[in-house]
Amino acid sequence: MEANGQSALLDLQRCTVRFGGLTAVSELDMRIGAHDLVGLIGPNGAGKTTVFNIVTGVYKPTTGSITFAGERIAGLRPHRIAHKGIARTFQNIRLFASLSVFDNVRAAFNLRCKHTFVHALLRLPAFYKEEREIDAQVMELLDIFDLGRFRDVPCKSLSYGDQRRLEIVRALATRPKLLLLDEPAAGMNPIEKEGLTKLIRFIKDKFDIAVLLVEHDMKLVMGVCERIYVLDHGTKIAEGDPEAITRNPKVIEAYLGEEPAEAETDA
Amino acid sequence: MNAYLRSKKLWLLAAVVLSAVLSRFSGSINGYYLQVLIFIAINIILAVSLNLINGYTGQFSLGHAGFMAIGAYVSAYLSKDKSAGVLHALGGGEFAIVVVFVGVLIAGGLAAALAGLLVGVPSLRLRGDYLAIVTLGFGEIIRVVIQNTDAVNGASGYSGVPSYTTLFWAYALAALTIYIVVSLIDSTYGRGFLTVRDDEVAAEAMGIDTTRRKVVAFVTGSFFAGLAGGLFAHETTYINPAGFDFQKSIEIVVMVILGGMGNTAGVAFAAVLLTTLGEYLRFVAKYEWLPDWLRRIADNRTIIYALVLIALMLLRPQGLFGGIRAFGGGPARQLPKKA
Ligand SMILES: Nc1ncnc2c1ncn2[C@@H]1O[C@H](COP(=O)(O)OP(=O)(O)OP(=O)(O)O)[C@@H](O)[C@H]1O
Ligand SMILES: [Mg+2]
Repeated sequence: MEANGQSALLDLQRCTVRFGGLTAVSELDMRIGAHDLVGLIGPNGAGKTTVFNIVTGVYKPTTGSITFAGERIAGLRPHRIAHKGIARTFQNIRLFASLSVFDNVRAAFNLRCKHTFVHALLRLPAFYKEEREIDAQVMELLDIFDLGRFRDVPCKSLSYGDQRRLEIVRALATRPKLLLLDEPAAGMNPIEKEGLTKLIRFIKDKFDIAVLLVEHDMKLVMGVCERIYVLDHGTKIAEGDPEAITRNPKVIEAYLGEEPAEAETDA
Repeated sequence: MNAYLRSKKLWLLAAVVLSAVLSRFSGSINGYYLQVLIFIAINIILAVSLNLINGYTGQFSLGHAGFMAIGAYVSAYLSKDKSAGVLHALGGGEFAIVVVFVGVLIAGGLAAALAGLLVGVPSLRLRGDYLAIVTLGFGEIIRVVIQNTDAVNGASGYSGVPSYTTLFWAYALAALTIYIVVSLIDSTYGRGFLTVRDDEVAAEAMGIDTTRRKVVAFVTGSFFAGLAGGLFAHETTYINPAGFDFQKSIEIVVMVILGGMGNTAGVAFAAVLLTTLGEYLRFVAKYEWLPDWLRRIADNRTIIYALVLIALMLLRPQGLFGGIRAFGGGPARQLPKKA
């Protein structure tokens, strides 16, 4: 279970991110193995989303290195990093608002589809064949997550929880090696959260990928993650299994700062 | 579904054949009406191609008339001054004319596309509204450059361009433009353009090179603007730089907004509507029994376009045809009941 030992899938070394005078992430070391399910927690503004943003290329770390599957990826443009096998969801849902549920997932197949401009115009048999294959794969994914019946519905008319799940499906459609989930439970009701716990385990097993989960819902994180990193003011204050984290005095202190221990903040 | 998709090529073929048939009867149409019909086709090409940039890909180009000007001047110069040899070698008949005409149209389109590449690459790498500013400046620069180019007679205009444009060419190329944009968008690759419009950050995270997509849309749109310029030059046989000014760019933008951004059928229809309205207002401006102020408004297109836009924003912000499924206005299906 431990990512230590051989080479990690994702390896952050002494990563620092500064926005002007503010240090959002400071000297962060983090390793994730190819089959890990890792949690990243911390109070509001701790720097969790910023970690996602440097891993996916939205920002370049001010200093430090990021290695993914043995390649340095810090500073690559986001679409290049997506091609290397990192997919993500967003804290504030970012679906393609004008597209249907089907097309949101289909769009993610741009990563792998062979046809381009010219093929779309010539519309030869090979083009139709590939489109049929993509169509089938999209439907398979949607059906796995019970979204198939919404196929032609505008994505914006889905419920909040379904939109979050659609975002996960869209990320999985790129066939990542590592999936980053940024507060997937935010705005979900208790029943949906229950389902999410199962869903995350299911994704890890079914697709055999690594998952990094940012989440404020402690019950969810503790229940699903094998290992947890705790950030506070951009600095890693603890790392370990859920058991150890709940008992760590530094963690308790960091969370006491804002709300009762084991706070369930809905950001 | 497959048969339905395949029929796109049939539609194109049907439209081309229809243009050819109609063109046979064009001799019996009054010259003025014929020209208006051809202007309609040219404006369809302009609006549908701008819609690829401004509508589907969500960028904001204000320089479509500039690319049209490049296509018009390059093709006109080539066919008037540089094609005698080719015409002669091919025997100078109808076939020779077709070869030369198609050749100069493509050359005009390619020149406009090249300009689009030079303008697009630096400005589309930046996020935000740089494109609007850059294309606005570009349109004006092109005009000034043409005004000072002696080979095409500068500001006094270039005349004596061969009259090659026919109803057939205008409508066949309009159909081709529509076919290309519709086929492109109706593919997994083409959906990528819409993701750039909807959310660039998410599109990048899904592995789509957003800069490249924007450039592809922009260069493709510019090519068709150049093609439209070529048709225009060989219809009027006289072009001058003032005809491709900012007002012409705005006119095309208004067509796109009126038809509904990212709605090809709507935009093509808006091109028909606005071209016809523009011609009709020419007559209105001459009605002596109308009050003077009204005639002046009718004569001033800038005011007309502004009025059209204001009315649209108040009454139908999604465009005349936005949201109507028959016009390709996006999914209108209802949410199925939860099982
Ligand atoms: N683009 C930016 N420019 C300036 N400051 C930023 C930027 N992005 C993040 N920050 C700052 O960096 C710090 C960390 O932000 P981040 O979004 O990573 O926190 P977080 O742990 O995800 O918080 P939350 O739980 O509220 O989502 C915050 O103080 C935030 O204001
Ligand atoms: Mg965050």
